[in-house]
Amino acid sequence: MNLATKDIKHNLGRFSLTAIGIGLLLMIVMGMGGIYRGLIQEATLIVDRIGADLWIVQKNTRGPFAEMSRIPRDLQDRALAVPGVETSFGFISYTVQRSYKGKPLRLTLQGLDWPADRGRWLPIAAGRGLSQAHYEMVVDKTAGLQVADKVKLGKDIYTVVGLTQNMTSPSGDAMVFMTLTDVQAVQFDMSPESIRIERTARVNRLLSFNLGQIQPQLTEIAGGLSSQIPALGTSLISAVLIKVKHGYDIDAVQKQIEAWPDVSVYTYEGQKQLLLKGFVDRSRRQLGLFRALLLIISTIIMALILYTLTLDKVHDIAMLKLIGARNSVVLGLIMQQALLLGAIGFCIAYILGQQLFPYFPRRVILMRNDLYMLAMIVIVISVLSSLLGIYRAMRADPSEILS
Amino acid sequence: MNQTNDNLALQAVSLTKIYGSGHTEVVAVRDATIEVKKGEIVALLGPSGGGKTTLLTMLGLIRLPNTGQIVINGTLVFDKHQAKVDVRRFRRQNLGFVFQKANLIPFLTAAENVRLAMEINDQTARSSRKRAMELLEYLGVAERAQNLPNLLSGGEQQRVAVARALANHPSVILADEPTAALDSARGRQVMELFRKVAHEQNAGVIVVTHDHRTLDLFDRILEMEDGRLKPHQKTTEIG
Repeated sequence: MNLATKDIKHNLGRFSLTAIGIGLLLMIVMGMGGIYRGLIQEATLIVDRIGADLWIVQKNTRGPFAEMSRIPRDLQDRALAVPGVETSFGFISYTVQRSYKGKPLRLTLQGLDWPADRGRWLPIAAGRGLSQAHYEMVVDKTAGLQVADKVKLGKDIYTVVGLTQNMTSPSGDAMVFMTLTDVQAVQFDMSPESIRIERTARVNRLLSFNLGQIQPQLTEIAGGLSSQIPALGTSLISAVLIKVKHGYDIDAVQKQIEAWPDVSVYTYEGQKQLLLKGFVDRSRRQLGLFRALLLIISTIIMALILYTLTLDKVHDIAMLKLIGARNSVVLGLIMQQALLLGAIGFCIAYILGQQLFPYFPRRVILMRNDLYMLAMIVIVISVLSSLLGIYRAMRADPSEILS
Repeated sequence: MNQTNDNLALQAVSLTKIYGSGHTEVVAVRDATIEVKKGEIVALLGPSGGGKTTLLTMLGLIRLPNTGQIVINGTLVFDKHQAKVDVRRFRRQNLGFVFQKANLIPFLTAAENVRLAMEINDQTARSSRKRAMELLEYLGVAERAQNLPNLLSGGEQQRVAVARALANHPSVILADEPTAALDSARGRQVMELFRKVAHEQNAGVIVVTHDHRTLDLFDRILEMEDGRLKPHQKTTEIG
């Protein structure tokens, strides 16, 4: 005869409510772990998906995600000349916030080096990938946009042609994939007045020099499109991504490029660690502390609940002892209830979490190993929390029956 | 008491129980000696605070005496200052208890309450189930076997408590005012039950009671006053 289950059956309402309460607490603990995993995945998602062997960024920066990196676009041609380099793509990543249909819309723009990179590696969930060099975008579902929606960025209107799933930036914003040229157009967009002022300033600067006075026709060029002024150089990008040829040593290629005085080079793993240690580390530690606190709180609450449940049964426990029940019978009654409470609470947490977590604004990923670990922790806190009740039960004196 | 009598269910010699010490010392039971034969039912009378319940708890190994000796069913269980057996195991194997309140486990049915006493004594579920039903039938509450205690009347609850006390074929049954919460008719029924149990099950039964209307049912009556045990002043032999 199992006394624990008989008692639970007798007090089903109270036990169920208690289990739901414990379940909700554990769901938050589970969610914290899931948010942490989500942070890691979001942080490293783009690096993982792109899968570049080397990331070339501005010298002494940890770009393009940890900090801003600006390098000339022609660096990708320079990199292509290095022995062992198979492909070299330009890469831009930055976040914009716009208003769309009256709501704020945060997007992290990622430039694809069209036509070499058409984003075939993107996990398209609806629509299609990019099929032209301008005015198309592939957006992650979390942005809330639909295929065929039109979004104005800079001076141009871009059409959503495809939707991706689970492609969010390290800060949790939806990623948008456009051609590198379009992203640059958005990034360096200036108002007409700013452009006019900039052109006038250029002409004035030229005229203040001897060169402008000797060759006044240059003022026509200086006052024109900036892209037609050779002296201004090529446009800027965030990074150059390198794929190393099969059979070549990645470290050797890295060393060779790193010898250039104007760039820093990171391997795939290096870039990933930069993201994890820099971007995610504080959040990870904060979540970890919250998790630990919640587990302590859960243990205390469970201990109090089990202690109260035991207090209610002290008379029965004294009777059990009086009729000769072993301590193991009494211990089993409390311990089994504690473990059942923990187990049912864990199941409630998991089921509720599965239903609720998808609606959270940031990704919550429940990994199997984390769940196993939490299950083990729940067993431990169930045992720990039952100790107070067991202590009281062990002190119950059979002679209490006579009082 | 070096020799034990096979006909005796219980022998207790010179039991003394002292609570507190120094100025607060109270001698609850002083030098009490008692023998109960197998199949005998003994009443223990006396005013409140006279030491009846304390004596009963000592005989039931619930509270151990300060000094004295207790032999139950031929086994020396307490001598001088210490228990000679595992008291909890001995209680479940040899003693049965009934109190003023039935003290049934509220989340177990009547049958389960009886079974529990047997299962904690390592009896199989099957045999304990069978004996529980037999006992409930014997005590006239078989039809309430599947009811929880809160659905039973006071008399029915006491019958179930008696069934639980009988579950492991005890040598001695100790009852502390088992009819106090019952009306006189039901009280008498329960006392008759104890008499029947003592005679049919061959157990020694000691009942602490204040109810003088049922004294005719007892084989012997003892009285306790100020911690001292003595024969009843009016009649010592009834049956």
